[in-house]
Amino acid sequence: MGEKGKGWSLGLAALLGPAAFWLGVFFLLPLLLILAYSFGTSGIYGGLTLGFNPSNYLKVFDPLYLEITVRTLVIAFINTLLCLALGYPLAYFIALRGGRWKTALLILVMVPFWTSLLIRAYAWVVILGGNGIANRTLQFLGITDGPISLIFTPQAVLMGMVYSYLPFMILPLYATLERFDTSLKEAAHDLGAGRWHAFWRVTFPLSMPGVIAGSILVFIPSAGEFVIPNLLGGSQTVLLGNLIQQQFLNARDWAFGSALAVMLAVLLLGAIMFYVRRIGTEKLGGV
Amino acid sequence: MRGRNSPGFVHKGVSRLPDRALLLMAALIYIFLYAPILVLMVFSFNEARSTQVWEGFSTRWYVALWNDQSVLDAFYNSLIVGGTSTIVATAIGTLTALALTRYRFRGKSFADSTIYAATVMPEIVVGVSLLAFFVAVGFGLGLTTIIIAHVAFNISFVTIVVRARLSGMDESIEEAAQDLGANPVTTFLRVTLPLILPGVMAGALLAFTLSFDDFVITFFVAGVGSSTLPLKIYSMIKFGVSPVINALSTVILVATMILILGGSRFFMGKEDR
Repeated sequence: MGEKGKGWSLGLAALLGPAAFWLGVFFLLPLLLILAYSFGTSGIYGGLTLGFNPSNYLKVFDPLYLEITVRTLVIAFINTLLCLALGYPLAYFIALRGGRWKTALLILVMVPFWTSLLIRAYAWVVILGGNGIANRTLQFLGITDGPISLIFTPQAVLMGMVYSYLPFMILPLYATLERFDTSLKEAAHDLGAGRWHAFWRVTFPLSMPGVIAGSILVFIPSAGEFVIPNLLGGSQTVLLGNLIQQQFLNARDWAFGSALAVMLAVLLLGAIMFYVRRIGTEKLGGV
Repeated sequence: MRGRNSPGFVHKGVSRLPDRALLLMAALIYIFLYAPILVLMVFSFNEARSTQVWEGFSTRWYVALWNDQSVLDAFYNSLIVGGTSTIVATAIGTLTALALTRYRFRGKSFADSTIYAATVMPEIVVGVSLLAFFVAVGFGLGLTTIIIAHVAFNISFVTIVVRARLSGMDESIEEAAQDLGANPVTTFLRVTLPLILPGVMAGALLAFTLSFDDFVITFFVAGVGSSTLPLKIYSMIKFGVSPVINALSTVILVATMILILGGSRFFMGKEDR
């Protein structure tokens, strides 16, 4: 083990074998399977014949489904921006102004982070529900006369997403800002840069690895999300995740469902690779 | 604009007002993070069946939760799935991390990419592809398929965490052990493993949490009679909002807080050494 192995050996095969088997059979093979299915043809009664049928991918561009894809990407994008806008000040505060409360403040972010996403979405089901606190507050303030439908709207979905994914943004941002050398900002001040100028020209660019890592951690799951739109969006706000789920479990059109899943995976992994190439992997390594 | 000129005070003087604004924003964001959870907890003690209108204090929903056998069954299932998948994934992930840090070989970048791809692949894609796979090979859905799926996504997370620990390790200690006549297995058990144990523990903790909380992938690979806790919570919310869900959420939240506080003590203590 001490010598640096080069090339394949029995020891290496023993170390790598179990993972190669498990990820090969239960991760890569299933992905290849739905790739094959996505070019198949679904029968009327749920069967599937393999072949080379591009119609499932063409169906994605049907205006009805294209609208869902666009809506998904827009919501995921707005969610990422909102998480960044809310998460950055907090991460900055904890990392650079936290002082001796740093650990406690960080743990306060981690509690919701480790708590089941379902419970956090449920909290908003209750708050935004017909007679919930949100509605009663609006009536109390005289803004509305009776209960209005706050839940089952795109805004409710967005609310649930920002709430659920905010910690995913804060933690990587904190990790980069924590290592930030404040003397760089002081140097900028000494050279005459104003507060905002110093922030946008020095602090923010240096925190880009955290911004990128946080954005990836928020954008990817929110683009594939189906629990939050299921609970808070109802039938009004169907996202790609819901559409895929419906194709597999209700409509039983596995060929179309596979095409949608493949498209989602390619879209998201493509976006990550694009970003990682631009920023360089070594910068992301520490986050 | 800048009141004081002595170097030590310049920045404090400059940033006093924004500091207040920053403090206010931070406080508001913490309120945003905790208010919904607190509302949830408060209404778990509601006398009435409502989760929205307060009618008095009661612990009846906790009694109802305790007597709900299906919740307990789901909890046991989650423990079985979490425990088994954590043990298997931690063992496999640790070996993989060793292979990736100690060896250079053909196909290494493919192995790296596969491990990272498994962590960033949207859960719904993993879920439906595993469902398609299990149906295609005729593997009946149940606890076994859930465990298989959880091991598959946990291997990558354990590998990444353990690898971070291994890459910071001094290899000459291992070489010294081998020079003194220890065989590779003894070297691993007596030298390497104790040194990377904090990393392995952290990986195992992460794996258990991810498994215990997972909903999406589990949703697709669970059979009819094999509900885990997240699946149970989901069906309870879908079936109808009730303070029992609030009580269950409160229990989970309190348990999470205790585990995090305990965990941070444990890991911080290690750092201090």
